Amino acid sequence: MQSPSPQPQEQGGHHHPEQWSWYHYFLYNTDHKVIGIQYLVTAFVFYLIAGVMALLMRTELYTADPDFLAPEVYNMLLTNHGTLMIFFWIVPAAIGGFGNYLVPLMIGAKDMAFPNLNAIAFWLNPIAAIFLFASLFFGGAQAGWTSYPPLSLITNNAGQSLWILAIALIGTSSILGALNFLVTIYKLKTPNMQWDELPLFCWAMVATSLLALFSTPVLAIGLIMLLFDINFGTGFFRPEMGGDVVVYQHLFWFYSHPAVYLMILPIFGIMSEVISTHARKPIFGYKAIAYSSLAICVVGLFVWVHHMFTSGTPAWMRMFFTISTLIVAVPTGVKIFSWVATLWGGKIRLTSPLLFAVGLLAMFVFGGLSGVTLGAAPFDIHVHDTYYVVAHFHYVLFGGSVFGLYAAIYHWFPKITGRMYNETLGRVHFVLTFIGTNLTFLPMHNLGLQGMPRRIAMYDPQFEFINKICTYGSMILGISILPFFFNMIWSWSQGTPAGRNPWRSLTLEWQTTSPPAIENFDEEPIVWAGPYDYGVDTQTFEADDPTVEEILAEVGQEMK
Amino acid sequence: MANEKETVPGTLITLTIGIVVTAVSVWYGKNNGLLPAQVSLQAPLVDDLFNVMVTIGTALFLVVEGAILYAVIKFRHRPGDESDSFPVKGNFSLEIFWTAIPAFLVIGLGIYSVQVYNQMGGFDTAGQMAHNHTHHHAVQVASLPSDGNTMPLLASADPNAYGIGATPEEGMRMADLEVDVVGMQYAWIFTYPETGIVTGELHVPVNQDIKINIEAKDVLHAFWLPEFRIKQDAIPGKTTQLRFVATQTGTYPIVCAELCGAYHGGMRSQIIVHSPEDYADWVASNTVAQVPAAESVAIAPMMTDSDRILAHTAAQPITPTMLDQIPTPTAL
Amino acid sequence: MTTTLDASQNGAYPAKTTAAVSESHGEHGDHRVLGLMTFLASESLMFFGIFTAYLIYRSTAEVWPPEGTEVELFLPAINTIILVSSSFVIHMGDLAIKKGEVQKMRLWYAATIVMGLVFLGGQIYEYTELGYGLSTNVFSSCFYVMTGFHGLHVFVGVLMMMGVLWRSRRPGHYSATKHTGVEMTEIYWHFVDIIWIILFVLLYILTLF
Ligand code: HEA
Ligand code: HEA
Ligand code: CUA
Ligand SMILES: [Cu+2]
Repeated sequence: MQSPSPQPQEQGGHHHPEQWSWYHYFLYNTDHKVIGIQYLVTAFVFYLIAGVMALLMRTELYTADPDFLAPEVYNMLLTNHGTLMIFFWIVPAAIGGFGNYLVPLMIGAKDMAFPNLNAIAFWLNPIAAIFLFASLFFGGAQAGWTSYPPLSLITNNAGQSLWILAIALIGTSSILGALNFLVTIYKLKTPNMQWDELPLFCWAMVATSLLALFSTPVLAIGLIMLLFDINFGTGFFRPEMGGDVVVYQHLFWFYSHPAVYLMILPIFGIMSEVISTHARKPIFGYKAIAYSSLAICVVGLFVWVHHMFTSGTPAWMRMFFTISTLIVAVPTGVKIFSWVATLWGGKIRLTSPLLFAVGLLAMFVFGGLSGVTLGAAPFDIHVHDTYYVVAHFHYVLFGGSVFGLYAAIYHWFPKITGRMYNETLGRVHFVLTFIGTNLTFLPMHNLGLQGMPRRIAMYDPQFEFINKICTYGSMILGISILPFFFNMIWSWSQGTPAGRNPWRSLTLEWQTTSPPAIENFDEEPIVWAGPYDYGVDTQTFEADDPTVEEILAEVGQEMK
Repeated sequence: MANEKETVPGTLITLTIGIVVTAVSVWYGKNNGLLPAQVSLQAPLVDDLFNVMVTIGTALFLVVEGAILYAVIKFRHRPGDESDSFPVKGNFSLEIFWTAIPAFLVIGLGIYSVQVYNQMGGFDTAGQMAHNHTHHHAVQVASLPSDGNTMPLLASADPNAYGIGATPEEGMRMADLEVDVVGMQYAWIFTYPETGIVTGELHVPVNQDIKINIEAKDVLHAFWLPEFRIKQDAIPGKTTQLRFVATQTGTYPIVCAELCGAYHGGMRSQIIVHSPEDYADWVASNTVAQVPAAESVAIAPMMTDSDRILAHTAAQPITPTMLDQIPTPTAL
Repeated sequence: MTTTLDASQNGAYPAKTTAAVSESHGEHGDHRVLGLMTFLASESLMFFGIFTAYLIYRSTAEVWPPEGTEVELFLPAINTIILVSSSFVIHMGDLAIKKGEVQKMRLWYAATIVMGLVFLGGQIYEYTELGYGLSTNVFSSCFYVMTGFHGLHVFVGVLMMMGVLWRSRRPGHYSATKHTGVEMTEIYWHFVDIIWIILFVLLYILTLF
């Protein structure tokens, strides 16, 4: 190296150690990579807890009678299962975890725009979790993750209030995070990267952040109103005082529908990275994918009433929101087709990340199509609040978001840890998870269509057989965690060193060491190719064969 | 990329695949057998919509999943080949194509949904026709006359009612039978205003136009008749409605579909569709017994409901004391 | 040759520190202003949520505000005038600091603090005079939660201005070119003001009709 790279310490006046030690990960730390890992690991712990709750619920549902859990306990479990999965697992892992870890690296920055705010946003998570687990000691919230009043006003006030505080805190965290991502991407993108060279994951984060920014506050105010109704005697949702229970539903879904896109848009970003890299082919339709995220985000703000088709919803609303909901299928379809087209004609490496990405594609399409059927109000009236809906959202959430997170974990594992994971274990994990997911959630469609409502601990015995299948499936899912767990722990300490760029990927995070140095890049990263230009340079090299030096010098010229 | 020689069989293969996919989708759309018996006039409408969506869904599913599976197998990495693929970055007309087709499909589905919803009677709840939000679709909606005198004729003139009302054919006619239902933790109480009958089960005559006025006493519930494909939340502080014609005699479940507390799963009842004679008998035998003791009877179905939960949970770790702890409906 | 290129293993490209890299370090002024604006955009949706809820309640009620929970108009009108004019006062402070006149800026900010405190005092006085409480009916719930929530923002604004005053003790802490903290406080204060105007229209003016 001819010119000595400037020492990070000199530049910022920060005094970081050369590498973080293990205990740094348990302390307040402003390095976006540490924060990313903190998010990922805590979120994963919550996932396991929520998963165990699901297994308990499935055990209860093995028979038609409430013979395993008291119904109150069942309701507590289902509420907190949904809450943990959504607010403490998918959102923090996808946005907080991978967003934090990857965005600065991908745009060639040293850190997020507001490192301290970032750390604060993370630490709100464990604090929120303390509130949530405290609520369990009071019997827990039992009104479902939607917490509709008046039920949430009259059941277990202490548990419900703590639940509200937990969600309010985690919502604050997500607003702070969103703000940080927007400013970071807008301001800190390395100047030699054009907007159309921005990795699609970052585009997805832009859309996600906008959505989080504009919808989360509405949930926050709804929850504050609920909290006041429970504890301070206000009448927002008390009809006898002139309040209106349906107003809560609007406030809740105005956030929580966009929240489902919060949970899938970053995953879509991950998909673009993973598929293109492992198929060794440029992403098909970069612009279409980038803009469709924004389209989903805009349309996604205007579909929330599809969760309220059977509520106090006038006919014109039912129809308006039917149509807007159906329209969301179009930009989503653009993405799906683009990924299939990216696979088409590629040289597809069947690595674990790619398997999970393809699994996601397969199941998300299914979940999306069932979502479209739900969007048609006349049909939704029949299946609303049934297991058909439960099936739909587990297909998109488990088959979508969780599969995407697994793909991301495998894909960036070498970068994060500097070591390779075990491919065989990864494939075993994939097969078990894929089978388990379909076995658990496919039969649920049937249950819903035939008349089994959701959120019940005791059900009509005619549904027992199908429920047994679902329960077996969930056990497979429980087991499927084991190879993953073993793989992660073993490979982190024993895996073969991965080097900088085991996937020969083109996005910037792969230009630095694995794991990346504390301030990411020893020197200014060079954007010498588009993020997905696989095969593009091969052509030019064959044609006139310039040396690497020449290319890089050229890039340097262009920058000036 | 396909060269000249491959193009001709290529189209043939595409054609064959297209025909097979269409055939399978249409067949599955018609024969999926996923829905329960159809017992109301609305049910076939909803099921047709569902089946159309299943057809479209199956076709899309087969095409997309087929393409994925084919790509993953055909284009898998061959050992030793370290080069990258041919860099195709996009194809404008293809992208337009796969944006336009779904757009076309969803707009079609949207219009169809509005039409089905109208035929189900969805537009006949007041408040909506005032704003002519339905102008853009072909099916004209029964319109409310602004003349106040005709109001009493309308079965559903209640401006606060939500739900499914009279179908366009039923128009302004009053329902043949109105029943008031109150949802409470954890029972449905039906009151027949004309006869004063109060019961815990819904009895209706077949082939008559029934209107249910739904109220909630404590928390949200949802009145769902799976075999009738209709559902409507019972909302504290608001009256909602469902209107339907039962087309088959028999006994069908009534399910509470909205989480309403610990025993939400036990909040089930039955709708009994009688032949006209049976129905007359039922009314006759109940009117006498019910009228004088309407008050106490109102409690009775609740008791039987608790009994039902108990029976259901017999030998389970649920004790009568636990049932006593169920928050009383007056907790609000 | 495959596409694997590793820039950092290559000496041809001189490692240089561009503006972007050094800028990415620490929390810079312009980032903070942008960050605050983004945050306020988000916050405004919180108010938007409760304002919408309020309008729904209003549209479904027969009498609004319900009998016995009418609002006073005189005092709040004065309060409004005070708060709105305070936006101009704080802007004078901003103009001052842009000319490097720290002392003048301090004066204007102190004046704004006083106006903010008067507003809060007036608000509390109004609460004690009204004769109905949080839990009287849905109107009173809205009234107290909306004004209270806004009052909390006023209070935070006052604290921020006090922070500016405290920091500006040190000569050179703020200057004509370096005054992000002053600017942010001003932006926040304008936000609080705008929210109040909407709130005033909703809670007071609209109840006249
Ligand atoms: C990751 C989360 C996620 C995602 C991405 C989605 C995506 C969608 N969802 Fe889902 N949904 C949830 C999570 C999610 N949902 C959750 C958690 C609930 C339940 C909440 C609760 O009540 O607890 C729910 C509930 C829910 C309901 C309410 C059901 C009810 O309670 O009655 C509805 C109704 O419209 C709906 C619709 C849709 C639609 C139309 C999409 C669309 O975005 C899907 C678009 C995708 C495709 C359509 C597939 C790919 C596209 C093509 C192949 C193109 C061609 C397609 C066509 C022409 C149709 N969802
Ligand atoms: C991302 C979101 C997400 C995910 C991943 C899941 C995952 C699962 N869910 Fe979840 N679910 C929701 C979100 C999610 N769910 C939501 C939002 C609701 C609605 C709640 C409501 O109605 O309010 C819901 C409701 C819900 C219900 C309906 C309850 C009802 O309505 O009565 C059911 C029933 O079967 C269910 C089952 C499962 C199962 C079996 C899994 C499985 O995939 C889980 C697999 C389990 C594991 C992966 C854990 C394995 C762990 C171990 C085996 C322990 C090992 C321990 C150590 C090593 C320490 N879920
Ligand atoms: Cu009543 Cu559920
Ligand atoms: Cu939704």
